[in-house]
Amino acid sequence: MNQRLKYIRMAPAILLWSLPFAFLLVFYFQPLLANFRMAWQATTSEVLASISLKVITQPLFFTIWQAILSTLLTIIVGFPPAYLLAKYRFVGKSFIRLLTTIPFIMPTVVVAAGFNALLGPKGWFNLLLQTFFSLDKPPIQIINTLGAILLAHVFYNSTVFIRVVGGAWSQLDPKIEFAARTLGASPLRVWQKITFPLLKPALLSAILLIFLFNFTSFAVILLLGGPKFSTLEVEIYIQALHMLNLPVAGLLSAIQLLFTLVLTILYTRLIKTKTITLTPRDPEEVAKPIKGWKQRSFLVGTMSYLIILFVAPLFSLVLRSFLLTDFSRNLDGSTGNRFSLVYYQELFLNRRESLFYVPPIDAILNSLYFGLITVGIALFLGFLAANVISSRSRWGKLLDPILMLPLGTSAVSLGLGFILVFNTPPLDVRSFPLLVPIAHSLVAMPFVVRILQPVIASVPRGLKYSAMVLGASPWRTFWQVEFPILFRAIISAALFAFTISLGEFGATTFLARPEQPTIPIAIYRYLSQPGGLNYGQAMAMSTILMIVCALSIILIERLKLPNIKEF
Amino acid sequence: MKSSKLIILVTSLLVILQSACNGGQKTEIPSVMDNQPGVLNIMTHDSFAVSENLITDFEKENNVEINFLLSGDTGAALNRAILTKESPQADVFFGVDNTFLSRALDEEIFEPYNSPMLVNIDNSLRLDLENYALPVDFGDVCINFDKAYFEENQLSIPSSLSDLLLPEYEGLLVVENPATSSPGLAFMLATIAEFGEEGYLDFWSDLKANGVVVVNDWESAYYSNFSASAGKGNQPMVVSYGSSPPAEVIFSETPLDDAPTASIIAPNTCFRQIEFVGILKGTQQRELAEKFVDFLLDVPFQEDLPLQMFVFPANQKAKLPPEFEKFAQIPDQPAKLDLDLIAQNREKWIQDWTLVVLR
Repeated sequence: MNQRLKYIRMAPAILLWSLPFAFLLVFYFQPLLANFRMAWQATTSEVLASISLKVITQPLFFTIWQAILSTLLTIIVGFPPAYLLAKYRFVGKSFIRLLTTIPFIMPTVVVAAGFNALLGPKGWFNLLLQTFFSLDKPPIQIINTLGAILLAHVFYNSTVFIRVVGGAWSQLDPKIEFAARTLGASPLRVWQKITFPLLKPALLSAILLIFLFNFTSFAVILLLGGPKFSTLEVEIYIQALHMLNLPVAGLLSAIQLLFTLVLTILYTRLIKTKTITLTPRDPEEVAKPIKGWKQRSFLVGTMSYLIILFVAPLFSLVLRSFLLTDFSRNLDGSTGNRFSLVYYQELFLNRRESLFYVPPIDAILNSLYFGLITVGIALFLGFLAANVISSRSRWGKLLDPILMLPLGTSAVSLGLGFILVFNTPPLDVRSFPLLVPIAHSLVAMPFVVRILQPVIASVPRGLKYSAMVLGASPWRTFWQVEFPILFRAIISAALFAFTISLGEFGATTFLARPEQPTIPIAIYRYLSQPGGLNYGQAMAMSTILMIVCALSIILIERLKLPNIKEF
Repeated sequence: MKSSKLIILVTSLLVILQSACNGGQKTEIPSVMDNQPGVLNIMTHDSFAVSENLITDFEKENNVEINFLLSGDTGAALNRAILTKESPQADVFFGVDNTFLSRALDEEIFEPYNSPMLVNIDNSLRLDLENYALPVDFGDVCINFDKAYFEENQLSIPSSLSDLLLPEYEGLLVVENPATSSPGLAFMLATIAEFGEEGYLDFWSDLKANGVVVVNDWESAYYSNFSASAGKGNQPMVVSYGSSPPAEVIFSETPLDDAPTASIIAPNTCFRQIEFVGILKGTQQRELAEKFVDFLLDVPFQEDLPLQMFVFPANQKAKLPPEFEKFAQIPDQPAKLDLDLIAQNREKWIQDWTLVVLR
């Protein structure tokens, strides 16, 4: 075949493959570089002289330290449920999966309120312990400690481990493990030689994603850690938005970015070992029922700590949204509580006829709208990117590490960059309606790719070739061979993209038009003014957010392929 | 064929993107030709609020569409105005306060405007006599206290900042970190006004010894730590606003005859935050921008301010709503600090404060 003809025939593929690159170039590198350039221009020798090394090293070390601790704890907490969900059938399985996902979308202000209601000095746990052991002082003092930061990070990120690792585990063919056991290998040896190597890509992906989330953690540190703790991201926020000291903010975010880059390159090196291609199995076939007292107590143990860790804080919020606190105090100084729907009723009233009042239904629709567009963008581009990476070409090797960068980049710096760059129509922060889901997609894409890529890589080439030899077009090969195998992973990726968008606050407050607030923004609006009614409405709105999230997840998980056998 | 299908896919995607861009554009580009309303962009912070009918009336009268750009907290919004000053994204900026004002003036983001409405504005609020920045409202950052707690424990109310060091108030006060919170910064400035640039650190180290609780943001301080709020925390005193007690009445679940909280307004215990508006340099719609500034300073908007943003009007002709008359307290003698002094030292003051109180 003529060489030129070959390139022309490949043109559509090249065009498609270049889309993820173009997306990152326009919406990530361009604003980020603009921000760095501006910080550089503002840098004078005076500013440089005033920067002490301590300003950088202190937050850097703390950032790394807390991220390592949080990630380790998240693995420990996430491992048993990931194993249970992958290997066993039991009542409440989908409930557990749902439950561990909801924290992921909750705004930190509300989670802080939930933890405070449980573990604060006047929280239920403390009151319970105090009355039980008749203590004078509250025994648990966790708010504004490192413990609170770690607890919140585990609360938020366990779902990443459970979904990414559990998802991969559930599709492993157990026959290989059985074969090894039959040949006399001990369970430990089976784990070392078979299960672990097969799970390694998913494990590393999950660990990297969780680490980067903890590494750039901002609101959790600010609200639950309190003023004694400061990460790089918190320091960037203070320097950029409160001191208006852009050079220092730029320097800190460059250091943060450098660290992320080193980490992602390290990750791509670690994962380079050849992927073993195994046809994924239908999880429903793999899962076994729970048998025997050992398995039963393992299930009960895991369920109970999940319920304490996840249900208790979320339930305290739901409860609070129905409880009316009376200010008329009783004789003993305690206050009475009554059940009421007043906060929910009040959500629908615009008492002050405010311009920016938004009915809850509109906030829900805005959230769903942004969420669905994010799913569309992130899935489309993420699928292409995952294919580029799986191709093991030069482009794939380049895309793999840089794709992860947005997760480890300072949101404040990127936000300022957006304002600098997207200044003229059509890409104008004032009018372009897609900038919000685009910003959400930057965060969602790494998840989509990390979930899809191992599955794409594990589809045996032989299957595709057989289909093609039998005369199927590339489109039909994709649709009837690859897609059914990928379907579960695509659903899981879509869920991540959707939940990331639903809970996102920082970029949305920067980029969304005030008439188009999402649910998290509505919650913040209520909490920014004093008064019991505002507080109650914030709790009611948070409850609505949980319900919207739960319903959407149930709907997405119900999606089935018509007429095609799923894997 | 693979290629033809892919081309269709890509082109349709581009078409969708294109139409999405145009969809946004249509509302933005003012076309004078067919007498369509123009657009006036107002950049402000995300606590901005106003009654809908006031804005609709203004839009009708001037054949203009008002587009608000809510841009994060006070610092973030000002940053946006400064970063984009070469190609301004808005015509008017509202919400720079006196702790940031010098910075805004140094960066020369505003054009001066001698509004005729200034005659009614309280002269003590006019910090920029060249009228680059015009005062719109003010609010006092004061300590709020839990009335019931003080009554039950027969505590007297502190009458000065030094009183906070007395042993009976040990562990009763929660304040915000001045590095991350604007009321926190205002309260620290009040202590600098009272004890001087040297003395304030001694005061704070004594206050720390007396068990002051520090959190990062107003939401945590008020809703998690303050005992008289819906969060039912542990501290009966919180750094908040002079307008918080009326807000507690207005936003209570059950009708209240009396506010559960009150402010300490003894001389030099509060710090006055004044918010300014300015016309952004380089606006193409100077005339409309002037009209909007006049609108902000005029009585209807000024009387709308208290219940929307919980601040006090700068216009002396504006009447206060009854809840404010009854429960809001305005200190006669708030702490005062020179604008330029704040601008020059704010960073150093916060750093020194951090070393003493947090490390």
